[in-house]
Amino acid sequence: MNGLTFDIAHMLAGGLVLVSFMLLYQDRLYALLNVYALHALVLSLSVAWQAYVQDAPHLYVTAAIALVFKAGVIPIALHRIILRLGIHRDIETVVGIGMTMLAGIGLVALSMVVMLRVTPDADPLAREDLAFALSVLLLGLLVMVTRRNAIGQVVGFMALENGLVLAATGAKGMPLVVEISVAFSIVIAFVVIGIFLFRIRERFDTVDIAALDDFRGERR
Amino acid sequence: MMQALMIHLPLVGVLLAAAILATAIARSASATPVVYGICAAASAIGLGAAVLSLTGGLSKEPLVLPLGLPWVGAHFRIDALAAFFLVVVNLGGTSASIYGLGYGRHEHAPHRVLPFFPAFLAGMNLVVMADDAFTFLLSWEFMSLASWALVLAHHREAANARAAYVYLLMAGFGTMALLLAFGLLAGPGGEYAFASIRAANRTPAIAALALVLMLVGAGSKAGLAPLHVWLPLAHPAAPSHVSALMSGVMTKVAIYGFIRVVFDLLGEPAWWSSVLLLALGGATAVLGILHALMETDLKRLLAYSTIENIGVIFAGLGLSLAFEANGMGWAAALALTAALFHVFNHSLFKSLLFFGAGAVLTATGQRDMDKLGGLIHRMPATSVAFLAGCVAISALPPFNGFVSEWMIFQAILQSPSLPGWGLKIMVPAVGGLLALAAALAAACFVRAFGVVFLGRPRSTVAEQAHEVDGFSVAAMAVLAALCLLAGILPGFVIDGLAPITQALVGGTMPSQTGDAWLSIVPIAEGRSSYNGLLVFAFIAISAWLAAFLVHRFASHELRRGPAWDCGFPEPSPATQYTGGSFAQPIRRVFGTLVFGARETVEMPPPGDMAPARHTVEMRDLVWDWLFAPIAGAVDFAAGYLNRLQFLTIRRYLSFVFLALVALLLVLALWT
Repeated sequence: MNGLTFDIAHMLAGGLVLVSFMLLYQDRLYALLNVYALHALVLSLSVAWQAYVQDAPHLYVTAAIALVFKAGVIPIALHRIILRLGIHRDIETVVGIGMTMLAGIGLVALSMVVMLRVTPDADPLAREDLAFALSVLLLGLLVMVTRRNAIGQVVGFMALENGLVLAATGAKGMPLVVEISVAFSIVIAFVVIGIFLFRIRERFDTVDIAALDDFRGERR
Repeated sequence: MMQALMIHLPLVGVLLAAAILATAIARSASATPVVYGICAAASAIGLGAAVLSLTGGLSKEPLVLPLGLPWVGAHFRIDALAAFFLVVVNLGGTSASIYGLGYGRHEHAPHRVLPFFPAFLAGMNLVVMADDAFTFLLSWEFMSLASWALVLAHHREAANARAAYVYLLMAGFGTMALLLAFGLLAGPGGEYAFASIRAANRTPAIAALALVLMLVGAGSKAGLAPLHVWLPLAHPAAPSHVSALMSGVMTKVAIYGFIRVVFDLLGEPAWWSSVLLLALGGATAVLGILHALMETDLKRLLAYSTIENIGVIFAGLGLSLAFEANGMGWAAALALTAALFHVFNHSLFKSLLFFGAGAVLTATGQRDMDKLGGLIHRMPATSVAFLAGCVAISALPPFNGFVSEWMIFQAILQSPSLPGWGLKIMVPAVGGLLALAAALAAACFVRAFGVVFLGRPRSTVAEQAHEVDGFSVAAMAVLAALCLLAGILPGFVIDGLAPITQALVGGTMPSQTGDAWLSIVPIAEGRSSYNGLLVFAFIAISAWLAAFLVHRFASHELRRGPAWDCGFPEPSPATQYTGGSFAQPIRRVFGTLVFGARETVEMPPPGDMAPARHTVEMRDLVWDWLFAPIAGAVDFAAGYLNRLQFLTIRRYLSFVFLALVALLLVLALWT
């Protein structure tokens, strides 16, 4: 593999990590969704580049799925849900932005250390890719943990899944079936979660999950 | 030549079909004879086939069925060891089914017993035939669950529900240990077939861990101390023919699992494993029989005696390992043959005794020995069969129990030729424990037979008892005859076991059938030999001669006179010597040490008309010291962890997140 292809792949994967950081500090829901759309766009670019590098045409399908569903359909649908729920003006973060960013940096460092140590004799492209994918995954989880709003958690979950797709495409020879099934499971999860959002909303007049805890008679 | 598996696997299918059929027709009147009839026929055919394969009449090719794990399949194989245990399983199955034909008529909830009985038999057959870890564990758990359902058959009694609960816990724990053991044996590659486990190389540490896990897993099922606590609860709780199967056969299946892994799959034994087995076996034997001596519930007494016999068998296996590790193949073969022979014998006489206890239960509705008595006049056939079982289990010649225990002691006498001083001292010490256990067993069964069948009835139900039905008596009679037959012709059994010892420890006992007068010779003619036939002939002829002389020179008349009443006219039957009285001297000797027994005498003050009371309090120290603390710890942890059920969603997510980060940190720091 020549230097340029490696650099581009590296840049795209690193860009995904960067966008994950951007997800961390968005405190408005619309902005969060827009950044998520960007996240998915970068992912699809990265996957497409991998398809080109690895000469694996089926990865273009994965990239197209990411582009259409994750950068298009899902953010638009979530926009409409937010509008219908009337929560587009809400502001929410649980932990301070500075703390969150610091934790995110720690996570990236951790995933680098783990991956570079565990895979000393793997293909360098795949190795870097895996390290970035693990950081994206952990950052998605961090988004889930730091949000109180159910929609924020959905976005965190889907960012996490983007990390999985990045990992899957970085490794050579992953069959298309796996990717398609992962993508479909995400769509189904999205549908289910969307339905649940409305059910929660119907019952509690809010999608702040604190209401669920109150309902169970727990103090936070 | 026909393939053995082609007979046994369809039989398992027949048994499973019978289980399904039983579910469908359980409530109709014809269900009991139909189901037990099918079971008896299937087991009898299986018994015949197993005997044929043991003697080399059937071929033993392995078979892979496309069931179970994908790409692995279900492996089955019948070698000499499996064939022998198939004999044990199917002999027990046949007799229990025949007994069930009669006993099952008195069952008040047949729909809770009939579906599980054939399933239980099928499970035990499958465990023995399994040739890969997955099939083995699956069959093992199937067998456990089927027997658990049978323990719970009379679930309205609180004691049974508790017994079933304890049994389920212990069975689950044991299976977990087995799962871990097989996981270690299969290695990271996941080679589950026994053939590849056998061929694999493993470090001594892994082998040691697998052996200990196997001892815990199979030992808890077999009833090895200190994991025996469920056994005296669960075995008596089931219907009597199932108790017979659980005590006589299922514990043997557990021993099969142990032998299969430790002698066959693990390869060369470590020297310390024999020490562990010998110590546990000796302790189990003494502990089991002491508990049996104190017990007044007839079926629990038998269950405790099972623990004793398991201890004897494990001690035999330990001896065999000790000799094998030191390259004494002939002595290892002797000890292993003795242990396997005892497996066979115990399955015979323990089934017989449980059938007898079931017959007593049917006739009187009582299991409490202190409410029975005098049954020999009311149930003559049962009492003769029960007496045969008692004599056999007490290891008295000419019955079979004597032969196997005698062989175990012969093996113990070979210990001076062992090289290490540790074993040289330890083996005779264990021999002492086994001798003590044998003597106590004799006392225990004198007490059991004497209190239940002799003397005068201690309750009206015992007074009005009648002999049980023909099927039950036939099953008992067959087993009693087999006990005697195996006792007077042991050479054939020993020769039948030779292929097993050849395969497992690389040696055999000398061929027995060529000796004059059918005597058996464990090592060499000059050292020791035993001839069951001659002993039997001597006992029979001298007894007949004595009876003849007494009747010839005295009177032919039977004379019935008043019993000696110690100077108290017309004493109540309750003043007779009871089980408690019989056990008292032994309780005085061992009580404080083994049971933490305390006796208190309450004397009313002068002038008070209240009776004086003598109460004995006994505790199960294993339960107090081992299981109660564990249960307390689990309870504490559960109470503490219970808070985890009521966290907020974000906290759960945070836990997942933190756990992931912590694991990654471990990975980063350790690699």
